[in-house]
Amino acid sequence: MAENSTRSAVSPLFAVGDCVRVRNAHPPGHVRTPYYCRGHIGVIERLCGVFPNPEELAYNRSGLPALPLYRVRFLSRELWPNYSGRPNDVVEVETFQHWLESAA
Amino acid sequence: MNKPAGGADTPGYYRRMQAAVEELLILRGVMTQDELDRRVTDMDARTYKRGAQVVARAWVDPVYKARLLAEPRTATAELGIDIGPTHLIVVEDTSKVHNIVVCTLCSCYPRMLLGVPPHWYKCREYRSRVVREPRAVLAEFGTALPPDVDIRVHDSTADMRYMVLPLRPAGTEHLGEAALAELVTRNSLIGVGLPNAS
Repeated sequence: MAENSTRSAVSPLFAVGDCVRVRNAHPPGHVRTPYYCRGHIGVIERLCGVFPNPEELAYNRSGLPALPLYRVRFLSRELWPNYSGRPNDVVEVETFQHWLESAA
Repeated sequence: MNKPAGGADTPGYYRRMQAAVEELLILRGVMTQDELDRRVTDMDARTYKRGAQVVARAWVDPVYKARLLAEPRTATAELGIDIGPTHLIVVEDTSKVHNIVVCTLCSCYPRMLLGVPPHWYKCREYRSRVVREPRAVLAEFGTALPPDVDIRVHDSTADMRYMVLPLRPAGTEHLGEAALAELVTRNSLIGVGLPNAS
């Protein structure tokens, strides 16, 4: 599935440890980027591989070229106002590359 | 979408949709009734006991644990568990970090290892609160963490599926693999609970 699509895949732009900001965009459709992390800065935890774009798959299109999918780590206290947990608590969210921009 | 669930006598919206999809799958030749029944039987046979078996092996065998964290597909296959096309990530609890799994967008769940998700896992309340106030949610599950443990919530928004490798309970050094597997609860594999004490 994912591995088979590498020939027509978009190249990864980010590496582990890079600071990224999730685009604060609100397109309609089958979007897999939660609202709570849009506009927030996180760090690339890992590259999961390349996968067909779910926003296209949902409409019975190919989803190709496949897109790099990352796990982005956000500090919980950065995501939520008045977060009452520990300072190093985190939320990690799978995010496709077209939702990310460099925040270095 | 508050569709009536329907009683035993009056099939509700979802029951009628299910019947319609079943009929279409068979009418269009996607699968036969036998194949469909077999799939349902296979799904019902999968329970969190599979995940418990994997965890118990990882507890007794550090080399296996390393393989499980690095290559979950081959490590689970060693125990005769085929996770199919699932892209599994096993997240390991430590004395400093506790992991919790959620799908805030829908109900993504590692069914090949844990079976059918519990009702609460799919509910809006769990999905919206556990990312924002994880300790309050844990408390409602009766789970308290030591005060110096950080929480890492994994939101499975896309193609990965997650299983927690919980900490082996203290005082279980004398137990073998099968007895250890009995201590592993479903909730401990999601991260809202801990394994039972021996």
